[in-house]
Formats: sequence, C-alpha cells, structure tokens
Amino acid sequence: MTDTLERETATAGRTGRTGRSGRAADRSAARVTRRRRRSLSGNDNLVGYLFVAPQVLGIVAFVLLPLVLIFYYSFHEWNVLANTFRFVGTENVERLFSDPKVAPVLGATGIFSVGLVIGNLSIALLLAVMLNRKARAITLFRTLFFSPVVVSLVAWTIVWGFLLQNDGGINGLLQLVGVEGPNWLREGPTAMLSVIVVQVFKNVGLNMILFLSALQGVPKEITEAAAIDGAGPFRTFGRITLPLISPMILLTTIITIVGSLQVFAQIAVLTQGGPGISTTVLVYYLFQQAFEFHRFGYGSTLALVLFVIVLILTVVQWQLRKRWVHYEN
Amino acid sequence: MKTRRRPALRALFYVGMSLLAIPFVFPTWWMITSSFKPIGEIFAFPPTLWPQHPTIQPYVDAFTEQPFLLQYWNSMYIAVVVTAATMLFSAMAGYAFARIRFPGVNALFLVVLIGLLVPSEVTIVPLFQIFNQLGLVNTHWPLLLVTTFGAPSVLATFIMRQYFVTLPVELEEAARLDGLGRAAIWWRIAMPLAKASLGAVAIFTFLHTWNLYLEPTVYLQSPELFTLPQALTRYTDAYGGQMWNVQLAAATMTAVPVLVVFVLAQRQFVEGLAQTGLKG
Repeated sequence: MTDTLERETATAGRTGRTGRSGRAADRSAARVTRRRRRSLSGNDNLVGYLFVAPQVLGIVAFVLLPLVLIFYYSFHEWNVLANTFRFVGTENVERLFSDPKVAPVLGATGIFSVGLVIGNLSIALLLAVMLNRKARAITLFRTLFFSPVVVSLVAWTIVWGFLLQNDGGINGLLQLVGVEGPNWLREGPTAMLSVIVVQVFKNVGLNMILFLSALQGVPKEITEAAAIDGAGPFRTFGRITLPLISPMILLTTIITIVGSLQVFAQIAVLTQGGPGISTTVLVYYLFQQAFEFHRFGYGSTLALVLFVIVLILTVVQWQLRKRWVHYEN
Repeated sequence: MKTRRRPALRALFYVGMSLLAIPFVFPTWWMITSSFKPIGEIFAFPPTLWPQHPTIQPYVDAFTEQPFLLQYWNSMYIAVVVTAATMLFSAMAGYAFARIRFPGVNALFLVVLIGLLVPSEVTIVPLFQIFNQLGLVNTHWPLLLVTTFGAPSVLATFIMRQYFVTLPVELEEAARLDGLGRAAIWWRIAMPLAKASLGAVAIFTFLHTWNLYLEPTVYLQSPELFTLPQALTRYTDAYGGQMWNVQLAAATMTAVPVLVVFVLAQRQFVEGLAQTGLKG
C-alpha cells in the first residue's frame, strides 16, 4: 500500500521536473503558467485539507486517542464500580502473566483461529474449484454458497444455536438415523467445534469468490499443456494450479486470522464463553473484564495484547502483498 | 463412450453441489419455517421441515414483547445515515488522497491507514470512557460517530482512493480548462464515474452497520434504543427461557429484507464484498 503511494509520488515528481524544464524555453509563458499553477494549487491545497479533514480528525479522535489511552489505562487500576483510579505501574502486565485464565483464553483463541482457517480455506478452495467451470447452474450455486455472508450475523448465529440445542434440529435429524447427538453447545470439545462450524459457513463464501477469481487468472494453456504431458487432474492441480494461486491463499489466510480474532457476537450468543471458559476467546474475555467486572485497567491491557497480535499479522500481510505485487510483475 | 458418461457425470456433479449447499441454505430455511411454528412444534420430533400448524403469532409477539418497530427503525436509520455519510466522506478523502498533491498528503494518509491496524474491539474501553465523559452513553451518537469517522470508514476511504488513482488526468485537465475548480471537478466529473466503487462502499458499510453487535451491547442500555442484533437476543420469557419461535420471527424480519436485496443485486454484492475482503 505505502509502496504504491511512494511510486506515485515519485512519478508525480518526475513529470513535474520535465514540465519545468520544458517551460524554461519560453520565459514569459512560463511565468504566466507558474502563476496560474500556483494560484490553482493554493486553492487545491485548501480543498485537499478540507476533503481529508473529516476522515483524519475522525481517526485522531476515535482511533489514535483511544490507542494512547489504552497504554495509559494499562498502568492504572481502574474500577468503575468502586470509583477508584490509581497508578499501579506494571501491575496489570504482571497480572496478565499470573492470571490463570490468560493461557486458556489465548489457547481458545488459537484453536478457534486455526480451526476457522483450516475449515474456511479448505471448503472455500473446494467450492471455488467446483464452481470454476462453465455450467448452467453455476451462478445459482454461487449465490447459495454466498448467501450466508449477507444474512445478519446474529440472526445466523441464533438459528444455528437453535439447531444445536440438545433437542434441536440437528440432533433430531441424527436421531432419525439412530445416532444420539451430543449436547453440542454445552460440552467442551463440541462447543468449540460448533462455534467454528457456524462461523465457517457464515463467511466461506467470501474466500470462495477470492479463490474463484484467482483460479480464473490461471492461464488455460499451462494446465492444458500439463494435461497433454500426461498429468492427471489432481497432479495438475497440485503441481500447477495450487502454486499459481498460493499468493491468494496466503493473503486470505491472514485476512481470515485477523477476522477470527475479532469474533464476539457468535460467542456471546452461542456459548457465553462456556462451558467453563473453553470458548472464551480474547475479545470475549476483554469484554467480560471491562464491562462485566468493570476492570477497565486490566481490560485495556488485554486490548493491548489483541492490538499487538493484529499489528504483527497486518504487517506480515502488507509485506506479503508487496512481494506478491513484484511476483505478478 | 464419452458421450454416454457425460450426463451421468453431470448429474453426479449437481448432486454433490446440492449436498454441499445444505449447510449454507438449510439454516435460513429453518429460520423462516420455524418462525411460523407454534412453540409446541418448535422442538417436535421428528423435526417438521414445514410447519404443521402454521401461525403468525410469533410475528405478533415479536412486536409486543419488545418495542421491535422502534428497534427496527433504530437499526434502519443508523445504517442509512452511516452509509450515506461514509460514502460522502470517504469519497472526499479518497479523492484528495488520490488526486491532490498538497503538503503533508502522505503523512496524513499514513495517519488514516493506522485505522486499518486497529480493530474496533481494541479501542472499545477508552471509547466507552470518552463517550461516558461526554454524557453520550445510552444514546446513538457513539454508533453514528465511530462507525462513520473511526476505524470502519478507513476501508471505504482506501477503496475510493484506489479508484480515483486510476482516473485519467486528461479528464480533469479538460474540466479545468472549462473553468471548473477542484471541488466541482470532484463532484461533477470524478463522482459520477465512481459509481461502482461507491456501490461497493455502500454495500459493505450498510451490512457492517446493520450487523454491529459489540458496540450497541456496550453503549446502549434502554430497550427503546436497541438495534436489531441486540434486540434479537433479548426474547426471553418470565423464567429466562428463550422464546425460540418469536426470536426466529424477529431474526427472519432482520435477515430476509437484506437477502432479497442481495438476490436482486447479486453481482454488485459479490464483487463489492469480495473487493473489501481483499483490500482489508
């Protein structure tokens, strides 16, 4: 992103230079042009500042200021109920390491992210490969697979919660074929599995579209040549197609991880972090500490942890994207 | 041989695809059909794929158990206002960042990009405190302001900027010779050409705002101020049990209008949302 910006500025600089040397040929004309250009650019500057002002001020007020404040709050013990606010130094950071819940919370966050990425990407890839052909009903299926993306998140979660009740639809259907289903949302391993599955089917359509566009970018000649050389469809896919779309796979992996770290509504509606704390992911724990136990200081420290994780992932993503752009060129 | 195998293969393909589609389609189907079931049929065994005793009572109850009409209005007006404001401000900022080389443009753009690094979950604690100090907790202001001007809007600005960068300089030069100023060039030349990007921004901003859950949960306490996602989770009877059919009726009313618009404008939805997925 910043890379393209630099390139554009450099281009602008170059054209500016050639323009100036060209004008040197006719001085009076140059002076007029320059004067007009200056007055116009003066006006331009004003318009520029006015145009970016709402966005820049908004980011300063609603992102930068709060970001500074979470650092500040992290060094304070702040209980809203008891109305106490005092400097405690690194106590919150120390609590982070002594809090017996932090390890399981980070563990749950990791399991959720890994499970979501594996489920989401493998299904998205499968669907994209299936849809990457000319057949009459392709558009219909694409619409069906994509539709959960536009279904209200909480509505989607509620109906899955309903299906996953002990006497709900899924166990009802299982019982019809003689299988006794578990109490999905109230038992340790299946609760996490359920939350992952619900989220996978909600958003897999997005990655499917991204993979589909990547697959359509793979030149037909290459896969056809491989087929002529005697490679089967699986071999062609593994050796030719997959490497060619690997940049897209990497990119969607990171986007999906970052998204998975922000999961909140699904947990709040389906499991409330339970059973025990087995589905309490970082954002949910942060919410509980800050808004249920009213520990704003410690809540801010947890927010800092989330911020650092997202920061690292985003920087990795930008680096990959930069390399990907070079690779494509 | 080949011609004989083909129809069988094609049939197999469609059967496979239909099976794969079940987890994507069945929940929505189940939500709609169950919302017409009386409470006694909700957990019937064997499960009824179609209501045996259809009733619209759950829909009536949805409006009497909570101020659902008001909550619907809240969600609607917040999403519309935020979407319109985001389209305007992101188009302005995106245009300026793409086309005007004023001093400090790169530094300011980097400031805006920081918004992409900070998920709104990170800043929710200090933002709550800021709005608390301003006396704006339990009002819609935090939702309107943070969504329009805060982190969620950066993606919109970024997408608009990406589009305006591709605009040919000649267009603007011609307009300038005709005596148009910068603001007029933006509004009369650049904006009409940016319809597709504006559409993408509108779609994802509307869906994002329509689906907000953490923010309303944190900021709003009065049921009259609730937005839909928040209201959907509050349909409980006197004993705290969930009123499933009422809840599903409310969920259907929340989800189906958006689904209908999606079916009518599929291409814009798919392309617009895929674009934001990639740029995010």
